[in-house]
Amino acid sequence: MELVIFVITAIVAIIGAVAMLISRNAVHSALFLLLNFGAIAVLYLLLQAPFLFAVQLIVYAGAIIVLFLFVVMLLGAERDEEDANPIRWQAPVAITMAVLLIGEIIWVLVRQSQDSLARVGSSDSDFGSPAQIAQALFTTHLLPFEVASFVLLTALIGVVVLHQRQS
Amino acid sequence: MLPTIFYIGLSVLLFVIGVCGVLLRRSTLMVFMSIELMLNSANLALVTFANQRQSIDAQIMVFFVITIAAAEVAVGLALLVMIFMRKKTTNIDTMTTLKG
Repeated sequence: MELVIFVITAIVAIIGAVAMLISRNAVHSALFLLLNFGAIAVLYLLLQAPFLFAVQLIVYAGAIIVLFLFVVMLLGAERDEEDANPIRWQAPVAITMAVLLIGEIIWVLVRQSQDSLARVGSSDSDFGSPAQIAQALFTTHLLPFEVASFVLLTALIGVVVLHQRQS
Repeated sequence: MLPTIFYIGLSVLLFVIGVCGVLLRRSTLMVFMSIELMLNSANLALVTFANQRQSIDAQIMVFFVITIAAAEVAVGLALLVMIFMRKKTTNIDTMTTLKG
């Protein structure tokens, strides 16, 4: 059962990513990216991370994609692209490098898979619950949490300053 | 749970698709979306290892990655809007001001 859900979700995720890559229209690309984010959210549920499932849907599928769509439509840049790539050899070299990268990663994974990819410990049904996340977030990782709030504030101020100087 | 290698394999595939997007597309918006895809695939790998080792720390790290990604998208898209207003295009080849 788990395998069936995984295979379907993985196929949806890959289709979303590839369609995003080859789609000519930026709005379509953003919507395919949304499909991919949704599929990854389902995988989070399979991996015992219900809190991250919710965060993924709210922040990525909600906020970030809406921001992308907003900017694409605001700029009217749906089809603003590529008559011909001025660097002719770029595409074949890029694809060759990508294939090399994937081969390299698979080679490392296969070599490592005996020791470091084996399962450690037994599965705890409470693992990944919001309560457990909150416990870790507000005790061990309290300082990074506070720093993250500063980063968000800085981003907010940065965007306001960027757009104020223009007018 | 399924073998860890399934999830890692999917994560690797998505990451390489993101790399292809950065290398092949000429629109800054598309490059940006590909970077988001790569961040997501790295998140998937982190959550997989969190489950494999039954350790909550990697899930906390994914939470922070999502936070930083949100901030990064806000600033990045604001910069993109400003560049578009100046150059009237999102083509990445026109941004050559820093070229020596």
